[in-house]
Amino acid sequence: MSAHHIVPVRTYVIIFGLLMLGTYLTVQAAFLDLGAFNTPIALAIAIAKATVVVLYFMHVKYSPKLTWIVVIGSVFWLAVLLIMTFGDYATRAWRTFG
Amino acid sequence: MPNGVTHHPALAHHFDNLEQQNEAATLGMWVFLVTEVLFFGGLFAAYTIYRNWYPAAFADASHHLDVMYGAINTVVLIGSSLTIALAVRAAQTGDRRTLMLFLVLTMALGAVFLGIKSVEYYQKWEEHHIPGPSFQYEPAEYFRHAQVFLSLYFVMTGLHAVHMIIGLGIMTWMLVWAWNGTITKEYASPIEISGLYWHFVDIVWIFLFPLLYLIGRHGPTVH
Repeated sequence: MSAHHIVPVRTYVIIFGLLMLGTYLTVQAAFLDLGAFNTPIALAIAIAKATVVVLYFMHVKYSPKLTWIVVIGSVFWLAVLLIMTFGDYATRAWRTFG
Repeated sequence: MPNGVTHHPALAHHFDNLEQQNEAATLGMWVFLVTEVLFFGGLFAAYTIYRNWYPAAFADASHHLDVMYGAINTVVLIGSSLTIALAVRAAQTGDRRTLMLFLVLTMALGAVFLGIKSVEYYQKWEEHHIPGPSFQYEPAEYFRHAQVFLSLYFVMTGLHAVHMIIGLGIMTWMLVWAWNGTITKEYASPIEISGLYWHFVDIVWIFLFPLLYLIGRHGPTVH
């Protein structure tokens, strides 16, 4: 097995096209009144874009299991950071100085 | 390894072969990127909390950012991710000229991004929208909380821009290595891990763009 999986140029161009489409959709969606869904939709598109960048541009799709574990680890630790922080702010009377 | 057996000049003695060395380098870069995710993650956490506290001021202040500049920069940065991906491919196939071409294109796009960013910063300076003693804001009810938004805007985009500048430095270094023949088909990992860094910086912007530029763009701001 070779050290590198050479990804065809075509794949990169398709991914670029998808990212452009995602950018277009983000801007369009922002100008629609979707009520409470504006931010979740913006985040969903951003997460989808980040995922294709990680899988294809950053070659994780073709990488060893250990790389996958580290990548998933980054999401895990980010989740710990966000959930613990938001949990704390949501359950205490922090806002007394607002 | 028996005496007299030659090995690739780029192979460090503590690795069995270049493939193992490449996997170690890639893994090391990813571990660094995990710390970077958390570095920016703290700022995204602060952003989320303040936006929850002051949603109207955040939406109002977001309207003072230019969506067109933000969108163009998104396209420029994603374009640079494509060019660096093609540079990595050229390194892997041992195509030195194409590698150098795509490294230069990536740097050019990075420079365009920073150029547009500096125009935006300059406009904020002229509008007195930089938080601090000379800050001015209408409506006055958002004076304080718009500064919270703009502080986060400058710290987050500023930290991102610092990463871009470091990225340009790394790409310059890689261009020298491509030019002097250090990078070969067998030893492409410096380009690969530099590419990982560049793509990471692109991903940060993918989140910054909607969260900073596109809040409450639909209809009038709720006061």
